[in-house]
Amino acid sequence: MKSLLKFITCGSVDDGKSTLIGHMLYDAKLLFADQERALELDSKLGSRGGKIDYSLLLDGLLAEREQGITIDVAYRYFTTSHRSFIVADTPGHEEYTRNMAVGASFADLAVILVDATKGVITQTKRHARICALMGIKHLVLAVNKMDLVDFDRKKFEAIKEEFFQTTAEFQIQSIQVIPVSATEGDNITTKSPNTPWYEGLALLPYLENVDVHTSNDSKAFMMPVQRVCRPDHTFRGFQGQIEAGKISVGDELTTLPSREKAKVKRILVTDQDRDTAYAGQPVTIQLDREVDVSRGNVLTTDNEIQEADSFASTILWMDDSVLTPGKHYWVKVGTKTLPGTVTAITHKIDINTGNTVPADRIVKNELAKCEFSLSDSIVFDSFEENKSIGGFILIDRVTNMTSACGVIDHALQSSNRFAALDTEITREVRAQQKGQTPLTVWFSGSQSDQSALAKEVEKRLVSSGYHTMLLENSQGESLRRVAEIAKVLNDAGLIALVSYDSSNASDLEAAREIIGKEYIEVNADDASRSSLEEAANAVVKRVVKDVIAQYPNSVSYDI
Amino acid sequence: MQELTHLDQLEAEAIYIIREVAAECENPVMLYSIGKDSSVMLHLALKAFYPEKPPFPFMHIDTTWKFKEMIEFRDRKAKEFGIEMIVHSNEEGIRQGINPFDHGSAYTDIMKTQALKQGLDKYGFTVAFGGGRRDEEKSRAKERIFSFRNKNHAWDPKNQRPEMWKLFNTRINKGESIRVFPLSNWTEKDIWQYIRRENIDIVPLYSAAVRPIVNRDGHIIMVDDERMKLEPGEKIEMKKIRFRTLGCYPLTGGVESDAVTLDEIIEETLGAVSSERTSRVIDQEAAGSMERRKREGYF
Repeated sequence: MKSLLKFITCGSVDDGKSTLIGHMLYDAKLLFADQERALELDSKLGSRGGKIDYSLLLDGLLAEREQGITIDVAYRYFTTSHRSFIVADTPGHEEYTRNMAVGASFADLAVILVDATKGVITQTKRHARICALMGIKHLVLAVNKMDLVDFDRKKFEAIKEEFFQTTAEFQIQSIQVIPVSATEGDNITTKSPNTPWYEGLALLPYLENVDVHTSNDSKAFMMPVQRVCRPDHTFRGFQGQIEAGKISVGDELTTLPSREKAKVKRILVTDQDRDTAYAGQPVTIQLDREVDVSRGNVLTTDNEIQEADSFASTILWMDDSVLTPGKHYWVKVGTKTLPGTVTAITHKIDINTGNTVPADRIVKNELAKCEFSLSDSIVFDSFEENKSIGGFILIDRVTNMTSACGVIDHALQSSNRFAALDTEITREVRAQQKGQTPLTVWFSGSQSDQSALAKEVEKRLVSSGYHTMLLENSQGESLRRVAEIAKVLNDAGLIALVSYDSSNASDLEAAREIIGKEYIEVNADDASRSSLEEAANAVVKRVVKDVIAQYPNSVSYDI
Repeated sequence: MQELTHLDQLEAEAIYIIREVAAECENPVMLYSIGKDSSVMLHLALKAFYPEKPPFPFMHIDTTWKFKEMIEFRDRKAKEFGIEMIVHSNEEGIRQGINPFDHGSAYTDIMKTQALKQGLDKYGFTVAFGGGRRDEEKSRAKERIFSFRNKNHAWDPKNQRPEMWKLFNTRINKGESIRVFPLSNWTEKDIWQYIRRENIDIVPLYSAAVRPIVNRDGHIIMVDDERMKLEPGEKIEMKKIRFRTLGCYPLTGGVESDAVTLDEIIEETLGAVSSERTSRVIDQEAAGSMERRKREGYF
């Protein structure tokens, strides 16, 4: 059976990228006859006077045809007698960097084009950088338009040398540099007589033979759990795709983050029983004992895999809105999605040169080093080690746009995590002493003055003998931190009042998750329909109702 | 050391996608068109959750003009696999007598596009799996696997969400929905080879047999029931034909063929000189017609 190679082509229209792929398909007779007819027909309508315009095969969207450029990733499929191919054709301009990244994230190899008359340019460096960031380990540099420089070997060698220097800083496993002419067909499917000095394979044969299979089997077994399969009470299996290593029936593995040990009882590869399953296969794994595992957890034999809740990372910002520290996003790593915040922008990286640039805001198509923290710790690995739990996306919590993608560089010491020391003086003891149920009243809102309402409520509670503390978020303070402080105050037996500048449902959900069930939510936007007095009274009533429910003899509030 | 074949890789990718939807999305449905791609997608759904049944229903948008054999096949398979099969038709369209003979492209809009939107809205499905493949048409070649639709079920090709690695973004606001294409990266060849490898049952219409047909504008149209309106000069002939795609019988062109067994069909297909959509009459409109229809909400 044939293997599959997923590759991407990078370069601009001027470099002849679409023409290159179009020509390869045409020459290798990989087009269906009616596509060929359509191509010849389309070319007649184009500007090239009836000569075949190979690029028309790939440029699909109407908007692109009108503008004459490739704005999104187009996927093409072809098969030769040696291999099956999926090629993602991506736009080259800087303003479409994110589209290129989409293509690169999917590929094992990149074909980067340069124009022999221009050599390695800024764009070439940008393309190599994006490919490396997205995890591509194999590069082909196609030096195109060799016909326009009379197939000059010296020019070719100079470009090759410069490209090696450009890519020296990246973790690339193989680089092949090939002299080609996309419009004339030199070194596309067969070796060209015009470049007798070139000793390597032509482009297509090279792609048919290059080995991109990184041996994931030699690594320790690792599988993020996609879902728990429970058809009835007799069966409980963990479903997911093996991302590294292999696993056999009888092997012992560790569950993360619960860190329980269990042995593999049964392995299903799709619907078939197997003794062993390998990286890349979709499986259902049954263990020999009950373990605490759900979606987003990891099964592994690797004892090195860690957990953390704050990270240093490299991100590519892809949203029209601006990245500002302190804003909350959904963060998806592997099969886990949870609330998180970009806590700091370390610096920007010039996408063309790789130079660091100080920055406090990041806009679309910019690359940056950032720190981010999550509402809970997650199982992760560095992107270099394990792509599947080392890469992440940030999702905007209002628009749901995929705002950024990034890779985890390393975990950060989470210095701002704290909890009350566990002694015999428990939360209950402290609460008893004060004669109240500790709880958090969370005042949210976006259009109204929740701070005024919170202050009013506190005044009334204190004057009735309750012990309280009022917190307000300062600009950019992370929601998680505010929620954690509130929780500590509750542990101390206090009623915490939090005035927080957001009414976003997912923010509130994150706060509730941290604080626990002793939590009352007050939407100041709703409350502002009545007078401040009335609104405060209503809130106090809710608080007191909770307190009295637990301590019938405690102070009552007389409204 | 175990390198997966390209079919193994495509299967793994599709199963991963199907499981992600089941795990993350609130109310998914798998659209089932009864064709070979749908048969493959259904097969993958059964494999993805085994020993559990797929944790979502299936839905067929019935224009009421499908081949009779398709409907029989649909009902037989639903029963055999024990899956929930919802059938939805545009009742208003039926009342108005909308048909493929008199109403041209309005028929496709009313009985397919509108019916689909109705069906999704009726059951509140937020995510719908479709069997679309990127090799079918140029605009589809650029569509994401998780393809976002606004409140009007429309696709905005200029504002697609970036799709990175396997980290699919399934989050939507109220009223919005997502179309998910687990077979995005499959080609027609892959579909056929997988059908053979997995021994997947397909509608017998894919196999050549002597069938009653008329020749209309260069297309071989099967006379599947008495509703077929003959034009002056047309006469019904018996010819050995088969179909490369299945849809509404008056709009689906057959090809003359002797390919009866699966191997013969595959041999004929893999050596094909014509990519499969040529036999779909509705795609013969101006270039870019598919993209226009999709912007309007066509699947």
